[in-house]
Order: sequence, then structure tokens, then C-alpha cells
Amino acid sequence: MQNNTAKIERPANQATFSKTAYFLLDKGIAIIGVVLLFVIMSIVSKDFLTVDNLLNVSRQAAVLCIMAVAMTFIIITGGIDLSAGSQIAVAGVVVASLLAAGVPLPLAILLTILSGAVIGLFIGGIISTQKIPPFIVTLAMMTILSGVAFVITQGSPIVVTDPAFRFLGRGYIGPIPVPIILLIVVSILGYMLLSHTKFGRSVYAIGDNEEAARLCGINVKRVKMGVYVLGSSIIAFAGVLLASRLSTGSPNAGTGSELDAIAAVVLGGTNLFGGEGKITGTLMGVAIISILNNGLNLLNVSSYHQLIIKGAVILLAVWLNSLKEKRAA
Amino acid sequence: MSEPRLQLNDITKDFSGVKALKGVSLTLMPGSVHGLVGENGAGKSTLIKILTGAYEKTSGEILYEGTTIEAMSPKKAKDLGIHCIYQELNIANHLSIAENIFLGEQPTKMFGMIDWKKMNEEALAVLQSLKIDLNPKKLAGELSIAQKQMIEIARAISQKANVLIMDEPTSSLSERETEVLLTLVNELKNKGVSIIYVSHRMNEIFQICDTVTILRDGTYIKTLPIDEIEDTHDLVQLMVNRKLEDFFGKVEVPQGETVLEVKNMTKHGLLEGISFSVKSGEILGVAGLVGSGRTEIAEAIFGIAPPDEGDMLIENKKVNISSPKDAISNGIGFVTENRKETGLVLKRSVMENISLANLPFVSGRFFISPKKEKEVSSLYKQKLNIKTSTLEQKISNLSGGNQQKAILARWMIRQPKVLLLDEPCRGVDVGAKADIYAQIIEMAKQGTAILMISSEIDEIVGMSDRVLVMHEGKISGEVEKEDINPDTILNLAFGGTVNAK
Repeated sequence: MQNNTAKIERPANQATFSKTAYFLLDKGIAIIGVVLLFVIMSIVSKDFLTVDNLLNVSRQAAVLCIMAVAMTFIIITGGIDLSAGSQIAVAGVVVASLLAAGVPLPLAILLTILSGAVIGLFIGGIISTQKIPPFIVTLAMMTILSGVAFVITQGSPIVVTDPAFRFLGRGYIGPIPVPIILLIVVSILGYMLLSHTKFGRSVYAIGDNEEAARLCGINVKRVKMGVYVLGSSIIAFAGVLLASRLSTGSPNAGTGSELDAIAAVVLGGTNLFGGEGKITGTLMGVAIISILNNGLNLLNVSSYHQLIIKGAVILLAVWLNSLKEKRAA
Repeated sequence: MSEPRLQLNDITKDFSGVKALKGVSLTLMPGSVHGLVGENGAGKSTLIKILTGAYEKTSGEILYEGTTIEAMSPKKAKDLGIHCIYQELNIANHLSIAENIFLGEQPTKMFGMIDWKKMNEEALAVLQSLKIDLNPKKLAGELSIAQKQMIEIARAISQKANVLIMDEPTSSLSERETEVLLTLVNELKNKGVSIIYVSHRMNEIFQICDTVTILRDGTYIKTLPIDEIEDTHDLVQLMVNRKLEDFFGKVEVPQGETVLEVKNMTKHGLLEGISFSVKSGEILGVAGLVGSGRTEIAEAIFGIAPPDEGDMLIENKKVNISSPKDAISNGIGFVTENRKETGLVLKRSVMENISLANLPFVSGRFFISPKKEKEVSSLYKQKLNIKTSTLEQKISNLSGGNQQKAILARWMIRQPKVLLLDEPCRGVDVGAKADIYAQIIEMAKQGTAILMISSEIDEIVGMSDRVLVMHEGKISGEVEKEDINPDTILNLAFGGTVNAK
């Protein structure tokens, strides 16, 4: 509902010239980025625009996308979660250990998500009651949780042989890979929650002006905690998915992926200071990062150069977003 | 008689066409204390900012010891020895007293290293010359507000201040601390420093000033030697004196039962023994100077800063409110003083801002109903005449008046039993003001008990059925309808007394 209205509703004084430019800046950066990348990749690489490759891109994007949905909620409250990557590792080794210990698959997944919720409760609890900046809390948690993952596994990956477990990350329903279905389901749920519920509205309000939210009767602490619990639960699920794809619970899995998730959220136009952002934008951000990764691989660009290009793209997008902010001010 | 140190002739200041100061003249002699008085918004701050070079004068003349100063800048002012002690103190808490005194001007030795010995010695000398008994090595953070203020004064003196402007220096000091400060001011005067003393406390003006200049609505009223003013009442007369326009559209509303009753509410250091009640349909004005505890009353009632002592009754039932959430569920609404900081979610739409306190009304068990939300907000958009192209417009694109209306709409939708309004028309244009007043009266008609805090005396006089006047955390008077007039209220606000019943 917010998507289709904002483009028309510009103040009258920002007339003609800026109307188009504004629309592009406001809505378009991510979309244009995706389209542009898509077209360029289709031209320069004949392998890109094939059904197999596109399904492959989406399948690989699933973990990042689910993480980014969680991160969108967190960043809109004005927070951040730098420990998301470590949480992926913990979830992976937890689910693998549980399965290795003979816990039935559905219960193992449920318990893993629950363990994510507990981590989120801890992080959210510290942030909302002790007023320590999320950046610091989750920076510390990144190290702690990484340590936890190594302790659980004693440093070596736990291999899962159960074929049913591999279905999540590698299976198909009809012609469609399961991770893509999960990606879509999580995105839709995230979108509904953020855009159409009281909880979602409170998340925006807190990120924009915490005091105003409190004075409107919103329980700021509870909503913030809720966001971290929700976020870490979703991230734990992403960790299960990754472990399933790799058939392994590895303490090294997911390392650094929090930065990709944050980049995707920011590329999607979410304000790093909170109060603004959309799941649809985040999906665009994920698409940009995933297509870029895939395309550069297809073009045989060395992974060293890939890092430079990815960083440059993020910088460019954030710069364009800041132009938008200035225009709005 | 010696030459004046500083002379202002016919100073005028325009802010994009709006005259903030008109024809202000002031002569400051060496070794004298010159009082500067006027209501909030009379132009005192603007004048100070022109003197310190923060603002540029539009026209007029500034003479320093007989020489015309063409362009005053902060640097120029400092070079001339014009210093200002602002209400918000400029003290680095983690540095020592000596470091604070010499902030930015530390004596150095080889390689630009700070000469600690020299700095501490000189700091001690300055403190002693002002008869301030403090160890310069002590951390500034350990000092009381009054002591910090003295450090600022010591800093000014160490930088050879000839003219010291003090902007409400005693507003946050206790009586005893005030005495100490006033002694210090006298000390400075004897040293030949010229002081411009801004204060709302009339007894201080009488105690230490030699002359007083009165400003009203940016206009220069007059300058008088203190002996020619009889008493506080006289001075306040000079500061107020004006006619009210009636654009409030005040209508008598029949009053019902008592809705809100506050008994002996106390918040240590801020509020003391506050008791009052408001009836259904009544508009109770709360007047008083900035810092007199007006806003604190609303914050205590709304659970933002719950009181230490006292009871609160709503419709004769005792309520316990410890958070805004409690207050809202007890039927209280609060339009805060500063809409950008505590009212609006600026990055969001007009509609989201309106519905922020009303999510339960426009939602089912889990999902917000877009239809209901739109219906309710459109209704109130029309009702309050909120000028916006659509409800999805970002609220930051609206004018102050329309933003304020959106916040009012937010609380009107709830149909609160009690509505707290803190400066409901601050920064609002005249047209929107009339709309807002009309809605406040409309709410009173519907039976809401309204508590309206305001520093605009016209607003208080024009809108209130009864007025509480605050002075230094206490209710200094309760004025009934027939006695409401600017004189009475300001007298009470300035700590004077009124021969009321």
C-alpha cells in the first residue's frame, strides 16, 4: 500500500525536473540496479540468462535473503546485528549436533530456532534494558557466538548424512528448489508483519523517534526485544538452511555473511539510522548482491577483484541514497 | 563621570522581514550592573546574540569605548572582552577546573606542551581574586551547577572580560547559591567589569542592578535607574501592558464533574505540593516562567517522570500511573511541547503519525485495517483542516501548524478524558492557531478536561476558564475566571503576590 502511493505524492513545490529524478532516487535505485545488472550480465555472459543459472542464483540467495529480512527489522529500529554471521554458524552446529544425537528432524529444527530465539532475547535484553549501543553488544556477541560454535564442535565440522535434512537446502518441489520456496514464504511473512501489523508500525516508530513512540503508549523495550528475538529466530532458520545445503554443521559457516546482509538491506534503501525501509527494497538489495556474485563468477573475475567491485557498488548505492536524503531535507 | 564602555544606538534586527528587535538603545557604564528584562520572546536573547556577534544587526550602531564597531563577530567580541555566560553551561566535566578556565588558551612551553604548573598557578590566582575557594586541580564534573557557573566567570575574567553578559544565571540555583553568585557579581562590578544581567527574578534585579532596560515584543520600552522603579509590580507593568486580540473564539462550556484531581504531588527538586483539579469541559491554563515546573506537572501526570509523592484521581478513582502506556489507558492524552523531538515520527506519513496512538482502534486482532485507518485519518484531516496533498505525504513536508494539527488529531481520535497540552501553538502560524483553538474548545464541549500549559500570556488569558500559576516548582496562585488578566498572572509568575482571595 505504501509502495504505489509515494511516487505520486510529492509536494507541489518540488515540481517538474525533480519529479522523475526524485522517483528514481526514491524508489528506483535498487530496481534500476537490478535491471541494469540483469541486462548487462545477460549481454556479457551467455550462461547468465538460462533457467538453470537463474534458479541457481535464487537458491544461493536464499540464506542471504532470509538473513536480510531479519536484518531489515533490526535496522529499521535503528539497531544492527553484527553477530548474524556467528548466529548462522551456531544454528548450523546446533542442528547438526542434535541430528547426530538422534533427535528427530522436525524437533531438531524447532529446537535450533528456539536456541536462536534465546540468543535474540539475550541480545535484545541487553540492548533495551542496559542501553548499550546495538553495535557494541552485537560486536561482542559476534566473537562470543563464534566461540560457542567452535566449542560445540571442538573445531571440526559435523557432517549430517540424513537425506531428509538435505531436502531443505537441496530438494525440489516440482521444478522449484525448496530454498526458493522458503525465501518467498519468509519474505511474504516479513512483509506482512512489517507493513500490516501494529508490531510493524511500532518498529518504524521506534526507529524514527523512540520517545514519541513511548509517549504514544508503545512498549518500546518489549518491541525492541521482540525484534531481536524474531531476528535471531529467522537467522537461526537461515543457519539450518545453510547447514542443510552443505550437509554439514560448520563453525566457519556464515562468517562475514552479516556484512552481505547489512549491505543488501542498505542497498534496498533502508535508512541505517532507522525509521525507514521496506522488505521489497531488501529483496532488491539481495538480488543485486546475488546477481553480482553470480555474474562475476561466470565472467571468471578473480575473487580478489570481486571484493573490490562489491564494495564499490555498495558505496555507490549508499551515496545515491544520501543524495535522496539531502533532497528530502 | 567616565565614558560609557558600551553603547548601543537604535539597534534593529530583522529575520526575513520579521522584526525581532526594534530601536533598542542601551548604555553600559564601567563597573555597573545593567538589568535586561522582558517576557519570554521580548528580544533579550536576540540582543545578546547581536552583542556577542552570533547575529548581525540589521541597522543601528554599536560603540565600544567611543569607537564604532562596524562588524561584530564572535572573534571581535572576544577581542574586545565581551563575554557571555549562557544558561547552558559550557564546562567539560572530565577536565580539571584549571583546564576549564584555560580551555583553548592553555599556557604552553616547549613543543606546544601544556605548562601544567603555570596553568594551575594562574587558575588559582584568578579564583582567589574572585574569592572563590576551589582547588584548580579538582575535576569540573564534581562541582555543583553554581560552582560550574563560577568557573565560567573565572574563565571570562582570565580572558580579560570587560563586559560580562549573564543570561538567567540563577535559573537553576538554590537561594543560598544565588546569594553567593550575587556577591561574586558585586565583586566583578567593583573590579570595573560592566555586567548585563538578564533575569526573570525581579528581586535579584532590585538587589544588584544599577539600571534596568525593559524590552517588550522586540521593542525598546525604556531604561530607568533602579531607584526610579517602585516595586516588582511596577516593573512587571512595564514589561506587559498590552491589549489582547480576540481570535481565540472562546465559548463558555458548561462544566461537569471533576475528572482529574491531583493531590499534593511532589517531585523532589522540581515540584512541591501540587494540588488541583480539572472538571469535564473545563480548560485549566497553567502559566509560569520557563523552568517553573509547568511541563513537569504534565510529565508527572502522564507517567513520563512519575512523582515521588502524591495521589492522582481520575473520575474519583485513585489511579497509579507509572508510564505513558498507563496514562493512555486511563484516558489521558498529551500533546508535548516539542513536536519534533517528542511528538512526530518525521520520516513517516501523515496518516501513520495520526494513527500512532490509535493502532488498537484501527486494527483487528493482528492486522491493521488500511480501510479503517484511512477512514479515521481522513475524517480528522477534514475536521482539523490539515493541509496536505494526501495522507501518505511524509509529515516532515508539512508546515509546523499542520504537523501540530496532526498530533492533535492523534489524541482527539482517542476521545480522552483528560488532555494535556503543552504549548499547543508553539511555532504555529496565525491561521493554524485559530483552527487549533477551535478544536481545543470543541474538545471541551465534548466533555474533555483540558490542562493547557502555555508561556504565551494571551493564549492563557484568551482560552482558560481558570489559571494555575507556577513559580519555582510551586503553585503560586490559582486565578478564577473573573480575575484572569495578564497583570495578575505575570505578577504571580514572577513570584510577586496578588491581593486575590
